[in-house]
Amino acid sequence: MIELRDVHKSFGKVEVLKGITASVARSEVVCIIGPSGSGKSTILRCINGLESYDRGEISVEGARVDSNDRSIVAIRTQVSMVFQRFNLFPHRTALENVIEGPLYVKKEPREQAIARGRALLAQVGLADKAEVHPPKLSGGQQQRVAIARALAMQPKAILFDEPTSALDPELVGEVLSVMRKLADDGMTMVVVTHEMGFARDVADRVLFIDGGVVVEQGAAKSVLNQPQHPRTQDFLRRVLHPL
Amino acid sequence: MQKFFHDAVEFVPILLQGVWLTIVVTVGSLLLSTVLGLVWALMRVSGIRILTGLSAALINVIRGIPIIVLLFYIYFVMPDFGIALSALQAAIIGLGIAYSAYQAENFRAGIEAIDKGQIEAAQTIGMGWWLTMRRVVLPQAVRIILPPYGNIMIMMLKDSSQASTITVAELALQGKLIASSTFKNTSVFTLVALMYLTMSIPLILLVRHFENKANRK
Repeated sequence: MIELRDVHKSFGKVEVLKGITASVARSEVVCIIGPSGSGKSTILRCINGLESYDRGEISVEGARVDSNDRSIVAIRTQVSMVFQRFNLFPHRTALENVIEGPLYVKKEPREQAIARGRALLAQVGLADKAEVHPPKLSGGQQQRVAIARALAMQPKAILFDEPTSALDPELVGEVLSVMRKLADDGMTMVVVTHEMGFARDVADRVLFIDGGVVVEQGAAKSVLNQPQHPRTQDFLRRVLHPL
Repeated sequence: MQKFFHDAVEFVPILLQGVWLTIVVTVGSLLLSTVLGLVWALMRVSGIRILTGLSAALINVIRGIPIIVLLFYIYFVMPDFGIALSALQAAIIGLGIAYSAYQAENFRAGIEAIDKGQIEAAQTIGMGWWLTMRRVVLPQAVRIILPPYGNIMIMMLKDSSQASTITVAELALQGKLIASSTFKNTSVFTLVALMYLTMSIPLILLVRHFENKANRK
């Protein structure tokens, strides 16, 4: 469903992606792991056109991703994104955040959008927070609203950019469990994460990225339990046993 | 003091006619400068190179010309090109254009202060540039923009007196006319100053209100 072929990307003189080739099938959950600065987030941002790429090709359901073309709007409504820092609209309530896209981008009737918005908030366990503004919510609650906002677009896939990295440790679980439910329901997900437990339990496949290339990829359990490449082994050792 | 009150009774009604024109010039040019300023600012942040450059050049040209020269140009030079405006129209247009540069810079600062993540979030739910501005950026930028906007209002109220140089009989010119025909400079200009101050005070309070609101967040 999502295809990357030999994708290159530079910021000025620094080449952050040096030929990434990968694919994500429908209903698959793929976790991207790797050290910071390795280009993980850039891959996600290229998939939905927040960044342009210099060479190679990215396609979503056969449609080429080009951040400078009008077609990018259609791709973005099919591939939603959840950010590390939530990026909720602070001047609108939780419910308004969720229905913003359906109302103004998809032009759904208001009653229908509101009904579905409330259902989505209930799905992420926040039915009682519909009228609350984001600054009054905890980080975990904000991120769950952000997931509901992404779901409201009825996307074919959701990209998660380190969704729990900005959260207090005790709030990580509530976000991960919402994500696990999504995966169980068959949502196609690409997750950049440092949560190795989540990757092991929920992901179908894991990509280990370092220095702008895919160093190792494969079934989640085999990459995480028996990494083949020395760089993967080293990375996992440092993440799992920091002391 | 008694003489002052005696003069006041005599001159206030005439000065009030000037007050009316001062308000018309200020409100008219405030509206025009707001609309133009918003257009310049949106051009500036559009990301389209031609519009950005055009807007930057326009703002610099407008900023670099004194208001009084701009007024002379519109009132005295434009008729040579077949555009004859009344003094009042010329004053509103001149001050509106002059202040649009400051409005634009204020709007731009407000827009650019909005976190980039907000714009990206809007993009990822499929919003285009205009929808992002209208639904996400501008509503948040207003809080930042309002306190300086109030200060610009006060400056415009006072600078409306420059319309007197192209024969608009607003408060300052009305005062000058009375003073030069009665020689009661002290009474007349004290009254004029008090009237400007009276008009400014509500605006000053408004600015304070905006600032409190922006700080409360």
